[in-house]
Amino acid sequence: MTGLPRPLRLVLRRLAGALPVLALVVVGSFLLLEAAPGDAVDAYLAGIGGGDAGQMAALRAEWGLDQGPLPRLAAYVTALLRLDLGWSSAFERPVLEVVLERLPNTLLLMGMATALALSLGSLLGIVCGARPGSVQDRALSLAAIAVYATPGFWLGLVLIVAFSVELRWLPSGGIETTASGLAGWDRAVDIARHLVLPVLALGLVYMALYLRLMRDGMAELWGQDFVRAARARGMSGRRLVLRHVARNALLPVVTMLGLQSASMLGGSVVVESVFAIPGLGRLAQESVARRDTPLLLGVVLLSAVVVMLVNLVIDLAYALLDPRVGSGGGG
Amino acid sequence: MRAPFVSRRTLLAGAAALPLLPRAGRAAMPRRGGRLTVAADSEPPNLNPALVASNGVFFVASKVMEPLAEASYDGPDGLAPLLATGWQGSADGRSFTFGLREGVAWHDGKPFTSADVAFSAMEVWKQKQNLGRAVFRELESVETPDAHTAVFRFAVPTPGQLIRNALPALTAVVPKHLFEGTDIMKNPANRQLVGTGPFRFAERRPGEYTRLVRNTSYWEQDRPYLDEVVYRVLPDRAAAGNALEAEEIQLAAFSAVPLADLERIGKVPGIKVYSNGYEGLTYQLVVEINHSRKELSDVRVRRALAHAIDRDFVVRTIFRGYARVAQGPVPQHDRVFHAPDVAGYGFNPARANALLDEAGYPREADGVRFRLRLLPAPFFNETRQFGDYLRQALAKVGVDATVVANDSPGHIRAVYTDRAFDITVGSPVYRGDPAISTTVLFQSGLPPGVPFANQYGYANPVVDGLIRQAISTIDDAERVRLYRAFQKQVVEDVAMINVAEFSFITVARDTVLGVSTNPRWAVSNWADVGLVG
Repeated sequence: MTGLPRPLRLVLRRLAGALPVLALVVVGSFLLLEAAPGDAVDAYLAGIGGGDAGQMAALRAEWGLDQGPLPRLAAYVTALLRLDLGWSSAFERPVLEVVLERLPNTLLLMGMATALALSLGSLLGIVCGARPGSVQDRALSLAAIAVYATPGFWLGLVLIVAFSVELRWLPSGGIETTASGLAGWDRAVDIARHLVLPVLALGLVYMALYLRLMRDGMAELWGQDFVRAARARGMSGRRLVLRHVARNALLPVVTMLGLQSASMLGGSVVVESVFAIPGLGRLAQESVARRDTPLLLGVVLLSAVVVMLVNLVIDLAYALLDPRVGSGGGG
Repeated sequence: MRAPFVSRRTLLAGAAALPLLPRAGRAAMPRRGGRLTVAADSEPPNLNPALVASNGVFFVASKVMEPLAEASYDGPDGLAPLLATGWQGSADGRSFTFGLREGVAWHDGKPFTSADVAFSAMEVWKQKQNLGRAVFRELESVETPDAHTAVFRFAVPTPGQLIRNALPALTAVVPKHLFEGTDIMKNPANRQLVGTGPFRFAERRPGEYTRLVRNTSYWEQDRPYLDEVVYRVLPDRAAAGNALEAEEIQLAAFSAVPLADLERIGKVPGIKVYSNGYEGLTYQLVVEINHSRKELSDVRVRRALAHAIDRDFVVRTIFRGYARVAQGPVPQHDRVFHAPDVAGYGFNPARANALLDEAGYPREADGVRFRLRLLPAPFFNETRQFGDYLRQALAKVGVDATVVANDSPGHIRAVYTDRAFDITVGSPVYRGDPAISTTVLFQSGLPPGVPFANQYGYANPVVDGLIRQAISTIDDAERVRLYRAFQKQVVEDVAMINVAEFSFITVARDTVLGVSTNPRWAVSNWADVGLVG
């Protein structure tokens, strides 16, 4: 492997590490849902208001629920090795079809929320970190903590009441206008309008995190030797803040970006429900409520893959930004 | 060819419908055309109402596929004819004859005939439908002497009254030519519905919406008014109210707007609240009791629990007045079957305490007589809230209840399969006849695992006898007498505690006309629903 270029080595190493993680995710999720009382047939009958014993037995046989958990897990894993994600009993469709349909919406929401959180967060972080302890730092930090302490669903509801119900500037939910018949550019604008509020609800909460990280990193750096040296050389003002302090405080922010991609997927469950966006988060919630194990595993697997890919990209970016990364010992 | 925008016919037909419309003035005339967007909270994958008789399915499917008759406020036997124009049971109860509507076509153009009804009854309702499997179990054959007559033949005498009461919910007709010779459960027409109704199924975007469009060759002249009905998926509790206020949707049925928000939203200009139109879908707030628990096997203890509940308080506070106090298992709305003279268990904590002392369960040093597991069903906000109330009410008479909360599948499993409960809060549905889904709550000897049925260990030979006798009693009056005796007995025994009867609320913009015009309005075909011109 030593003959390969550094980024490629990193990719290969990550992929080798990913497989056991995915296996763990599959078995863990399966067992967790197995531990919940009631199965998919119970959930189905609760939804339709009951049925008789014969009908229930037939359904259990059809959905493979008449077998024990271990044979079912074995069957699932065997199929998975052939890249078959199985059949969703809640949607009566192949799992792959259902999850791929939802993936773009979640990626769009997460991507835009991350972009908002990162850009606004680091920008305000720089403003705070430029003069730690100043009035603007204290005010912004306090506001950021307040937003961070706000539950995402509540922020979402407040945004809806203000901007959809009262002002009527933006739609209250959905990914686009229902059955609008729009296409091309008009449709893109329509989707963007629908995404403004959910992206704010999801992004603002995480923005606070980047702000704190950037600000604290910069506050620490002001005391470092190289900053003092720069000052001694007569450097000051914007150039010192941006080129020397902020730039060096950016690395932990990039690290956080990777970690955040996983937790933001969790946050999107709530935001997708509040704003009626058909995404992976809401799908995960539905699959648990319907005890649809193959669907839940499909969502979890796909999310795990997305998180891993994001982290891989970030590692690559990191390796480019910071030469110390990826060159260590065995690498 | 589209009819002229407002023809004289439309005007006349609209005028005829006026008495049904809530205070519709001359200006408030439904116009032909327009899109009605309504809130939907679930998206059942199988939309075929002939297979899955449930409100979630009916809400969408009833506009596309029609039953033989619909419920009506003023029609004979409480029915209005749809695909059947007339019906008559034989004196011996072994046959029931339907005259079918002529000139009806399926959405794919094929004619609707008695063969469709025969196929639906024998292959779908009787064998596969969740409710029909019980009601049509003894259906032996359906004869079709001509294209517009269907004669149902039963192996044992079957009450015509039961068949009539089952018509709105159990008899959606499927097109034989699309289902015959296929795997019925997996037929694509269970998703892409093909029916005879005023609307055709257009498209479904999972997680977003389902869209129906006007059936231009509907059998009723100049109906429907609307061009489109769109069901927008809004999973969040607050979403429907907000979307209504923002005028993104025009109607939210099935209490999609929570009771707690009604007072505020009812005052918003342009929004109307309807508390009628669901009489045919009455739910009952009950306390289910595990009779195999020693303390609860004593009828004095069960009566004490019933006396501990302040029903008026429950109706006033939890339901904010949108419910009625109940004593027995048949709701007051059903004037035919409801027994008004059942024993009442009024709110009387002193009496409850005395009964518990008498039963031999004195208060211990900590003031507690015994402890119970209380499982409130998660199906409605109100079932959960009543669980909290019940805990407090029972504490006042020395019964310590621990609330065990589950989600729907967990609740169903715990109560109806594992029987791991002492008392519950449940919400069974009354479906127009005690034999459809009410007597199973009291009949003994059912296998475990069947939900919404007697998994309570309650067994009274007298009750079992009445249920058995009534199911084959042909005479209407005699059948009513038997079911009234049944109600008195189960209330006397406190088989379960009926607390309240509740239904749903519709909230709509005042531009929507023809709302709540029949007792199953939300799950009826909406041919008469229109927007202000």
